[in-house]
Amino acid sequence: MRAELLYRIQAARAGRQPLAVITRISDGAQGHCDGDVVTGALRLGDGDLEAVRARMRDDNSGMLAGGELFVHVHAPPVRLIIVGAVHIAQALAPMARIAGYDVTVVDPRGTFATTDRFPGIALSDEWPDDALEILEPDARAAVVTLTHDPKLDDPALTAALRSPAFYIAALGGRRTHSLRLERLREAGFAETDLARINGPAGLPIGATSPAEIATSILAQMIAVRHHRPVVPGAEP
Amino acid sequence: MATVTYDALTRDDVLATVTDWRDKGRRTAIATVIGTWGSSPRPVGSQLGIDDAGNLVGSVSGGCIEGAVAREALEVMDQGQPRVLEFGVSNEQAWEVGLACGGTVRVFVERVED
Repeated sequence: MRAELLYRIQAARAGRQPLAVITRISDGAQGHCDGDVVTGALRLGDGDLEAVRARMRDDNSGMLAGGELFVHVHAPPVRLIIVGAVHIAQALAPMARIAGYDVTVVDPRGTFATTDRFPGIALSDEWPDDALEILEPDARAAVVTLTHDPKLDDPALTAALRSPAFYIAALGGRRTHSLRLERLREAGFAETDLARINGPAGLPIGATSPAEIATSILAQMIAVRHHRPVVPGAEP
Repeated sequence: MATVTYDALTRDDVLATVTDWRDKGRRTAIATVIGTWGSSPRPVGSQLGIDDAGNLVGSVSGGCIEGAVAREALEVMDQGQPRVLEFGVSNEQAWEVGLACGGTVRVFVERVED
């Protein structure tokens, strides 16, 4: 691999742009594709180019038909937006980062979202609805609310439900959650919208400590991402 | 012999680390899983970065073949020509290592050029 291509992959990742690297495995000649055209030392036929684009859409690295060309899809990392810089967030943020997620913690309460409490984690002190408007969660983003405070959680969930986020979860017991659903219902959300909220957040593994609850939420997020059935509304 | 560690790093961190090594003037190579059959532990696209001191970052298996891949990578750094390696239970004699899980994995090894 040419060094220039190595830097290009880093730049694409930093800019959250998808990039595919195509390698002819017989001699190592390479090209790269931004989703449109292929640049570099390889010339691809229309069929191969379409196959590269399909693999980029599906985030699916693999050999092209013919067994000569390998397509490595470098998709932007999946994002996790945590609302509430609380104790559980201090466990969930680093755990999710190890699992490969780009993590942002949102909390307008200045004493919570500090770099001392979240070393190396992106922080936002905007109100959750403003933060989510800036962060624009897409289908490769998850939104988890942890504050228990309707003033903070509800605007975040409202923005999340209007986005295609693949995972939405809200911490809080059954009663808290049913009151939350009632408020969102009154705000005009349909039952199909409300069903997108995993609440109480997390898989039922008997979690009690902040780190255990973070584990249950991370596991549920992974299960949803990989289309595995989860237990709806289970206590963590 | 360099210490082999398997940090829980994502594939993108592998390339970031390789870039960092290269910026420090080290020769580097990248190994990429390009095909799997059976119960191989790491999916297609998984990467292992290697420097000329034998330092490793990332993984292409559960730790079964990284040492062998690193030895090949050092030769690729010297000779320049990329290689395709294949590991499986039936290849134990050829490579002196195999996958305990019974799967088969194909690994492309290339050096980072200047």
